[in-house]
Amino acid sequence: MEALDTLIFSRIQFAANISFHILFPTITIALGWALLFFRVRFAQTGDIKWMNVYRLWVKVFALSFAMGVVSGITMSFQFGTNWPGFMETVGNIAGPLLAYEVLTAFFLEAAFIGIMLFGFSRVPGWLHILATFLVAFGTTVSAFWIIVLNSWMHTPQGFEMIDGVAHATDWFAIVFNPSMPYRFVHMLLASGLTVAFLLAGVSAFRWLLGDRAADLRATLKVGLCLGALLIPVQIYMGDMHGLNTLEHQPQKVAAMEGIWETGPHQPLLLFALPDAEARENRFEVGIPSVASLILTHHADGVVQGLNDFVAEDGTAMHPPVLPVFWSFRTMVGTGMAMLAVSWLSVFLMWKRRRLHPDPHAKRWFAAEGLPRPLIWLLVPMTFSGWVATLAGWYTTEIGRQPWLVQGVMTTEMAVADVPAPMVASTLAGYLVMYGLLLLAYISVIVYLARLAARGQDAPAYDMDHSGKAQVEALQPGE
Amino acid sequence: MLPDFANPADWLPWAFASLMGFSILVYVVLDGFDLGVGLLFPFADEAEKDRMIGSIGPFWDANETWLVLAVGLLLVAFPTAHGMILTALYVPVFIMLIGLILRGVAFEFRAKAHARHKRLWNCVFFAGSTLTALSQGFMLGLYVMGLQQTWATFLFAALTAAFLAVGYSFIGACWLIHKMEGGLQVKAVKWARDSLWGVILGIGAVSLATPLVSTRIFDRWLQFPDVFWLAPIPVISGLLVLWLWRMVRVMPYENDARSWQPFAVATALFALAYVGLAYSFYPYVVPDRLTIYEAAAAPESLLIILIGACVVVPIIAGYSVLAYVIFRGKATELRYD
Repeated sequence: MEALDTLIFSRIQFAANISFHILFPTITIALGWALLFFRVRFAQTGDIKWMNVYRLWVKVFALSFAMGVVSGITMSFQFGTNWPGFMETVGNIAGPLLAYEVLTAFFLEAAFIGIMLFGFSRVPGWLHILATFLVAFGTTVSAFWIIVLNSWMHTPQGFEMIDGVAHATDWFAIVFNPSMPYRFVHMLLASGLTVAFLLAGVSAFRWLLGDRAADLRATLKVGLCLGALLIPVQIYMGDMHGLNTLEHQPQKVAAMEGIWETGPHQPLLLFALPDAEARENRFEVGIPSVASLILTHHADGVVQGLNDFVAEDGTAMHPPVLPVFWSFRTMVGTGMAMLAVSWLSVFLMWKRRRLHPDPHAKRWFAAEGLPRPLIWLLVPMTFSGWVATLAGWYTTEIGRQPWLVQGVMTTEMAVADVPAPMVASTLAGYLVMYGLLLLAYISVIVYLARLAARGQDAPAYDMDHSGKAQVEALQPGE
Repeated sequence: MLPDFANPADWLPWAFASLMGFSILVYVVLDGFDLGVGLLFPFADEAEKDRMIGSIGPFWDANETWLVLAVGLLLVAFPTAHGMILTALYVPVFIMLIGLILRGVAFEFRAKAHARHKRLWNCVFFAGSTLTALSQGFMLGLYVMGLQQTWATFLFAALTAAFLAVGYSFIGACWLIHKMEGGLQVKAVKWARDSLWGVILGIGAVSLATPLVSTRIFDRWLQFPDVFWLAPIPVISGLLVLWLWRMVRVMPYENDARSWQPFAVATALFALAYVGLAYSFYPYVVPDRLTIYEAAAAPESLLIILIGACVVVPIIAGYSVLAYVIFRGKATELRYD
């Protein structure tokens, strides 16, 4: 019983830590590239509005980056404190991947973020742009290595087991494991969407406060257009990822779809409460054959059910169904809301582009085209990317249970022999702190948005390099 | 002492132990000074706090990365030891992580949050720095005691915790002597003077305790003829302490001359103490229980990492130096312009 409690508390603790952690890379990966875009636009046009956009969002970036770094350090220590069996069994494979993350990406970001944040008036413009690029590049490379390891845990290959320890035989196969490309692209797009709705949501909030500044209008358009562009790609990629999962982890797809019995004509369930005890769904509402159609592209395609994944002694070797089933639906539902809101917004901004306050400028979009209810709707959508990303990760990570590394080791095998009360009390400590930090993070973003809306964030430049002449020359015209 | 370089299974663990030792040393010096600045926070007024933060702002992220590299190397090169050490140090690791989180976020929040919340984030910054320094000192003490957990070892660990915190304050003060001017620089000199005793007592306590706890370490240091070629370590350390003591009594020099010297000498002192410690424990990674050879991961995996490290570490060193060069000179209040 003791060991079981430790396992459960350790799992909750790890889930809490990784859930908290992932919120911030999800923002920094794409926000880094967005900042590069803003910075380059400023260099190209000399328009001060782009610098104002940069100055506001680089603060959000710095804050998110710090939150990501400190919670990431926590993760790297927790492998040892809570899950020593993981590195002891697959350390020969996980180790180099993690080492390469630190060596190639983490140092790059950490060294250049100082220049990116505080170097604008200390270094020439090109070096500041380069630093911005390297930080964005670093966050992406960082995501790459982490996703490689995570994907390998889902679809392991390129190794052999000797005395219960994994030894690498083919690094190319390990890095380019079957689910890696799908997962990586899916994650990058998720990050892009998160940032798109964050930009749009915060800008909508400023709009509602009465702000109509040029930088706010630009961010609103960039956010909505980015969201509208990425969401169809994401839906397509998500489908591809799902098919890949069906091939390698059919039990996960069965849990996502709530399918218990193997067979053709599987329905697409719109609502159900999967019941693990009775091994069936309660209150099932579904469209006949559609799950088969989506998954196999044939209405009578056979899809494996969860009952195929029960060991001879009756132990379920499939994930818990209810959380996987519902987190998957949460992710898809949020994605659909993103699709509807971003496309409608972009369409209206294009349709009503003549409402743009500058009648002589040829504009594609006018932020004035957005009806007020839509702007109101964008505000709660600010963190919709977080919801979808978390739901997606729960789908895939809970969906891997009871395996830690699919087919190689179970989660139970990795857990540390630490007294349960100790894990429980540190868990409580983490939860309290994460709750407070999340509150502080969101309130600072609100505060920054309010400050920007009141125009109190007005630039106070004292540059002694190339930027100076540019900004001063442009300020009278602004 | 040196491994057989013809046999990968022999020199790879050694190479990784050296690399890990190097990252820990760099971490202790670099994050040491920025943690130290946090520890000195309560002694400064509001305007001074902004300048102190300004002196570490562009660097702390990169400094902390050395800790990630060190624990990463422990994790990847010595997976068994990683589990043993970290589960033994479960509680202090937890406290350190809380401290690192609090400090890291306070850093960003205090610059961006509402002015009336700034005081709160200043407190959080100090608390985070203190928790981190104390827990690291506590872990050092327990490690020196062979990870034994008794009242006596806890007491010793509590002592090293206090000494390390004061030691970090000292190197932080040395950093500020270099980065500050005027009144705050004079203050920094005073802080350095007041905290030098922590460095002396800390190095002394660990040097005395280590051979007493382990007869193996005792024999290692006090055997003939080793004692002769090891003698320079304590002798030079003593000279460096004297040098530091002289400097902090009379600094700042005229025209701010050689303001970098206390920091450089303190770094050398930390490095020497560290080499002594490493010599005591080699070849063990878990004191007297597990050697680096027993704990090492598979040679083919280590080789893969080593190739990467040989290419990347010099590059990292290069651009870290670049960052320090760009932000050289006296620190001002941080601006996001």
